[in-house]
Amino acid sequence: MAEQIALEVTRFSPERDKVPSIQAFDVPLRKEWVVLDALNYVKDRVDGSLSFRWSCRMGVCGSCGMMVNGEPKLTCATFLTDYAPGPVRVEPLKNFPVMRDLIVEITDFLGKLSKVKPWIIRAKKKPLSEGEYLQTPDELDTYRQFSMCINCLLCYAACPVYGLDPLFAGPAALALAQRYNMDSRDEGKSERLDILSQHDGIWGCTFVGECTEVCPKHVDPAGAIQQYKLTATQEWIRSLLMPWGGKS
Amino acid sequence: MLDISSHDVLIVGGGGAGLRAAIAVAETNPNLNIAVLSKVYPMRSHTVSAEGGAAGVIGPDDTLDEHAYDTISGGDWLPDQDAVEFFVKEAPEELLRMEHWGCPWNREPNGRVAVRPFGGMKKERTWFAADKTGFHMLHTLFQTSLKYNAVTRYDEFYATKLLADDGQVQGVVAIELASGKIQAISAKAVILTTGGCGRVFPFTTNAAIKTGDGMSLAYRAGAPLKDMEFVQYHPTGLPFTGILITEAARAEGGYMLNKDGYRYLQDYNLGKPQPQPVLRSMELGPRDRLSQAFVKEFEKGRTLKGPYGDVVHLDLRHLGEKKITTKLPFVRELCLKYENLDPVKELIPVRPVVHYMMGGVHTDTNGATPLKGLYAAGEVACVSINGANRLGSNSLTECLVFGAQCGRAAADFASTQRAPGRHLLAQAVDEETRLQDQFLRKAGGRERISEIREEMQRTMEQSAGIYRSRDSLEQAAGKLSELQERFRDIGLDDRGHAFNTELVAALELGSMVDVAESIIQCALHRTESRGAHQRTDFPARDDQKFLAHSVVTRTAEGTPAVNYLPVKITRWPPAERVYGK
Ligand SMILES: Cc1cc2nc3c(=O)[nH]c(=O)nc-3n(C[C@H](O)[C@H](O)[C@H](O)COP(=O)(O)OP(=O)(O)OC[C@H]3O[C@@H](n4cnc5c(N)ncnc54)[C@H](O)[C@@H]3O)c2cc1C
Ligand code: SF4
Ligand code: FES
Repeated sequence: MAEQIALEVTRFSPERDKVPSIQAFDVPLRKEWVVLDALNYVKDRVDGSLSFRWSCRMGVCGSCGMMVNGEPKLTCATFLTDYAPGPVRVEPLKNFPVMRDLIVEITDFLGKLSKVKPWIIRAKKKPLSEGEYLQTPDELDTYRQFSMCINCLLCYAACPVYGLDPLFAGPAALALAQRYNMDSRDEGKSERLDILSQHDGIWGCTFVGECTEVCPKHVDPAGAIQQYKLTATQEWIRSLLMPWGGKS
Repeated sequence: MLDISSHDVLIVGGGGAGLRAAIAVAETNPNLNIAVLSKVYPMRSHTVSAEGGAAGVIGPDDTLDEHAYDTISGGDWLPDQDAVEFFVKEAPEELLRMEHWGCPWNREPNGRVAVRPFGGMKKERTWFAADKTGFHMLHTLFQTSLKYNAVTRYDEFYATKLLADDGQVQGVVAIELASGKIQAISAKAVILTTGGCGRVFPFTTNAAIKTGDGMSLAYRAGAPLKDMEFVQYHPTGLPFTGILITEAARAEGGYMLNKDGYRYLQDYNLGKPQPQPVLRSMELGPRDRLSQAFVKEFEKGRTLKGPYGDVVHLDLRHLGEKKITTKLPFVRELCLKYENLDPVKELIPVRPVVHYMMGGVHTDTNGATPLKGLYAAGEVACVSINGANRLGSNSLTECLVFGAQCGRAAADFASTQRAPGRHLLAQAVDEETRLQDQFLRKAGGRERISEIREEMQRTMEQSAGIYRSRDSLEQAAGKLSELQERFRDIGLDDRGHAFNTELVAALELGSMVDVAESIIQCALHRTESRGAHQRTDFPARDDQKFLAHSVVTRTAEGTPAVNYLPVKITRWPPAERVYGK
């Protein structure tokens, strides 16, 4: 018989359970298997009621984030053998309400994402007939990193501030706000700043950088937040020095 | 008690095509109330995985006619030429609109949008955002869609049935996954943008959600499916996972090597090997021909044995680290992660993998299906611009062009219609009863979803793969009716309501078996070889009989019936497909 590894997963049904529990399964330990393969093995062959999200299995759709041995991970990009001889404990992402087994409620993030206006804002739009907005490779590079966010929310699960203050916009939403702020085609920076400075969660961020550490796409949300604070401070000082809030 | 909510236009599917359609509806008529319903959060849709790029004429040396010709010859003269002409004309503007919405297209040093070569294309016209084009397009569309207040989203809702009244489609029944609640959602027009069905096969680049639901929804409601026998194999998938190594890797200059390190494509009428990539030649030939060449190499014993079937090699080493990290960073990331190898220094093992569905719900160039009120766009639809073989980088653009067109058409149609009545609720109640009886409250049920699914997938690979024959297809037809029968005896472990992903898996399997049957029937009836449909018993193209689309409808008995519709030819009479010249 092939080598096995113990997989311990969170089970929770809102219809049945008051609190989540842990259930253990033995799964084959195969070299090419990621944690997600082990979960699918259980679902297909042992217990079809185990629920979790996944889709692309190539680390780009952002569905399969879970806590693996206490750390937020994309389970489709985390190899089982890294945890040998086991056990591997798989739990729902921290800091989010659990809906069922390994599935968490993420509508809070979607609301926050909309709030930061993650789209190009311009006073005057260029007609399509005039062609593209020119953007040099260097200009592209200033925001490219922040545009790589797959909304997997591992950073929220790692964020100590979000854990304590759910009003905090959080790392990914701020990184995406910054993605547009830095885009040479955009003119919405001060609009976004207004929204973000309404809540001071951003100042709670201590720049420990847990978010950046766990980000599977090297987005560096902590860096984005730092940049943001800097701009916000500059704007604030400017508003003190100049009459009428000094918005230009 | 069942809920019913109503909208003017309901879009089922939140991928590239669906989001583009939603924005088009909002811009066509800002008074319309729009809904986007999707079984996953829109930004998880499969469009996110697309890597290489999106085609649209932009260079001064390129013309719309050349893009049209490449598409038509690439599709082995099965595309409808009026649709292709419309497509190539709209393509550049749609891609430009994406630029205005913030898509981070790669740039030339002067700030203009950059383009790259792609398989089967005679000119460089593929717009790209590194090798994460679909990801950037989807997130740009999703984020842009957030600014339209007219759009209501039903995230993580699974559509199980189209509501129809007197032949007119007026909404869907859907399960809210979080609660398991079944809901009727009515609309004056419904647009299907549910994507493809690669999961019908065992080895595919397609995400788990690509189960052909929309094709089955339409088919069961009486809409015909078209050209279902044309399933694209991509020549370069990673073994075991089926993860795609984008064609851009060959467009940037990668070589395909057999076990002797020989660029074997030169033996298959695809041109002579050159050190630099040559358009419409060798590694930049069309996907059907490259995948077929792999099978021939295998038969000659010139492939390499691997733990997950035979492979050949994709060689990028000569491109150098700089080019690989700037143009193909995701390829490198995927190889490092999933194969534990670095393409800068090592050969990548690859084999053909099911990738794309040329066929789909039959529509006209407005995306309208023969059923009043029902539209379709994106991979679920068959307009057809792809014919017998899609060219890489045409389908992301197709999602934009036909998503937008269909959004405009549906908006105009909805503006002339009265709101559907509440009597639709009765159909929704019946559907709720069906779901309860068939799955949730059923006693017994001996079949496991995964077993039926795996048998179906094996059957499809063995009989409807790169090469097919009457024998293999007839066997598959028999096997699939057995699986339809066994599907009725499915038993679920999960009888709960909240996030019952096993129920979703069962419904998806139901869709896939429908789609599989339609593929097999169309393949059986087409006794010729064309593009991705290669019959060993009928190896030649037969324009006399088959310059025609297969159209499959569901009979009253529930069996598929295949008919034909002539291809629309405008300016390019059928000719031989020539590559490498
Ligand atoms: C790995 C890969 C790489 C590719 N690379 C390229 C490329 O470089 N260039 C190119 O042009 N093309 C490429 N393609 C093809 C292209 O990505 C797809 O054809 C295209 O993205 C399909 O988009 P879509 O909007 O039609 O569907 P999808 O993006 O698949 O979206 C389908 C939507 O429908 C929803 N849905 C489905 N069923 C239901 C249901 N029952 N109820 C509710 N919602 C439902 C889903 O939730 C999803 O939102 C690639 C494909 C793959 C697999
Ligand atoms: S910033 Fe990184 S960790 Fe956070 S959601 Fe985006 S990709 Fe995931
Ligand atoms: S399944 Fe898509 S990121 Fe893991």
